[in-house]
Amino acid sequence: MKAVCWYGTHDVRVENVPEPKILNSRDALVRITSTAICGSDLHLYDGYIPTMKKGDILGHEFMGEVLEVGKDVPNLKKGDRVVVPFTICCGRCFYCQKGLWSLCDNSNPNAAVAERMYGQSGAGLFGYSHMFGGFAGGQAQYARVPFADVGPLKIPEGLDDEKVLFLSDIFPTGYMAAENCNIEPGDTVAVWGCGPVGQFAIRSAFLLGAQRVIALDDDPQRLQMARDGKAETLDFSGADVVEQLKEMTGGRGPGSCIDAVGMEAHGTAIDALYDRAKQAVMLETDRPHALRQAIQACRKGGTVSVPGVYGGLIDKFPIGAAFSKGLTFKMGQTHVPKYMPKLLEHIRSGEIDPSFLITHRIGIDQAAEAYKMFRNHADHCVKVVMRPN
Amino acid sequence: MRIITHTKHAVNISQAERIVSAIGGGILAAAGIKKRSPGGVALALLGGDLLRRGITGHCYAYEAMGVHTAGPGQGQSTSVPYELGIRVDKSITIAKPPQEVYAFWRDLSNLPRFMKNLESVTQIDDEHSHWVVKAPAGRTVEWDAIIHNEVPGQMIAWRSMPGADVDNAGSVWFREAPAGRGTEVKVELQYNPPAGALGAIFASFWGKEPSQQIQEDLHRLKALLEAGEVPTTQGQPRGQQEHERHGAKVTEASEESFPASDSPAYNH
Repeated sequence: MKAVCWYGTHDVRVENVPEPKILNSRDALVRITSTAICGSDLHLYDGYIPTMKKGDILGHEFMGEVLEVGKDVPNLKKGDRVVVPFTICCGRCFYCQKGLWSLCDNSNPNAAVAERMYGQSGAGLFGYSHMFGGFAGGQAQYARVPFADVGPLKIPEGLDDEKVLFLSDIFPTGYMAAENCNIEPGDTVAVWGCGPVGQFAIRSAFLLGAQRVIALDDDPQRLQMARDGKAETLDFSGADVVEQLKEMTGGRGPGSCIDAVGMEAHGTAIDALYDRAKQAVMLETDRPHALRQAIQACRKGGTVSVPGVYGGLIDKFPIGAAFSKGLTFKMGQTHVPKYMPKLLEHIRSGEIDPSFLITHRIGIDQAAEAYKMFRNHADHCVKVVMRPN
Repeated sequence: MRIITHTKHAVNISQAERIVSAIGGGILAAAGIKKRSPGGVALALLGGDLLRRGITGHCYAYEAMGVHTAGPGQGQSTSVPYELGIRVDKSITIAKPPQEVYAFWRDLSNLPRFMKNLESVTQIDDEHSHWVVKAPAGRTVEWDAIIHNEVPGQMIAWRSMPGADVDNAGSVWFREAPAGRGTEVKVELQYNPPAGALGAIFASFWGKEPSQQIQEDLHRLKALLEAGEVPTTQGQPRGQQEHERHGAKVTEASEESFPASDSPAYNH
């Protein structure tokens, strides 16, 4: 089968690899009908996530048709259409039972590696480094899905792939980001980053009762997409963002701030240049420019929610501002299965059509160019969907 | 993991007893010194030893009698009697009742299902078993072991029989976790690596880092009992080009993709 394989920084290749097999009794095999490139795949592409190996199959946003199931997957049968969550969850451990699916205890075969790095290990993830399990990803024609009796969501007839594909990651991720920031009636939510997760965070904040959403980015097209989602926008390239947000909110500042950028934030402020320099000389692994701004701008007693991926250490974390203002922080990988059924209902009822995000539709053979284009925001690229079969 | 090179002062007295011993010893020693008589010298010596016993936590008389009043975590456990070599302590919480986890472990033939380098354990009788461990180049290392102490549902302790190539001993405790969270499994393992080629083979059983090996084994045990299977990627597809050329085997983390591999973020 064809698969998108990682070979190093800015080096992904489409290769012929063997087809996957059932390895455990709770596995299923899926013939992939649609798969997407995620913003967090760019962290792999740019070489910022440790424990990648040459030849790793990428991709964690995918859906398809069930081809075969192991003997302990009673809920699925050949031909079912499913969306697969990017987190692999056993469904039976303390964390899965509590709904903290992305913290599953039993799905990462390399848990000891993550423990060495982070103290404890989260769930295994598709196509996202060996520290998170080294599972072959879904930018391929077929994929093996472990614990298939728990994660995959069956999709009813009549809903296009493009409407439901993003239930695998970015829609739940944007939704959890909004849910995490404790929105109360009348609240203003500020969202840093108008990429795919930011776009879903904007729309989810409104679904959860936000009065206003202010979206920040420097890409005019992405800002326009945010305005289409009823957000007010702020171009952060030249502005004194903290001051402007204050002015826009009667001097209070936004009560909820979402960092939908993560470890590779770019900016022109002095701290951003400082981070770039430190990252270049390896004193710092993540660039937290957006996170610093969010902390500085957040209203007293407010919440900073972080769906953007961080992997290592940051420097000059404004703990004094966070402490003085009594801020709450919520973060982490998305507990995807918790949100999928609820969000599927929002899609079915027509409240939201996630396909608004898609700017490029390609076959798997164009994957390498698509990564490059997405990374460089070339050709107004916001979201790439592949049809590998 | 820690390497025990000198155990003369291994703690075998409980904390409370140590305090009493130290205070009582101090009083006796002071009284004896004050007397300035042969009886006083004896009293001072006795007091002195009680004081030492309190301070070091080690009682030679207890050692000779095999008595051990220190609780777990306070020192070397009676179920791991060898006082030299490498000692590993690892714990994990498993969301199953202690009786169930105990029963799974007590059926020693289950051990190779989660201990990666163990080929087989054959029960000879209720107490005795035969262990076969995988070694490099298709070889094996074998020994007989005895379960010399056991509290059903709570603890199993074993050690290698005299004449084994490698002295080793271990115990596993099963304690109920709070609020119905299952069982806290605690493994204590001690072995004395022999010199020479056999030592090298044996060392490979627990790898370069025995504590990590045991940690991984416990993760597999947990997954097996909670999820019904051990997560794996063995046998899944991957890109072939450079993988085959370099014969790279992916079993562990590598930082090759990471531009900040010298970062203080990651301790190896």
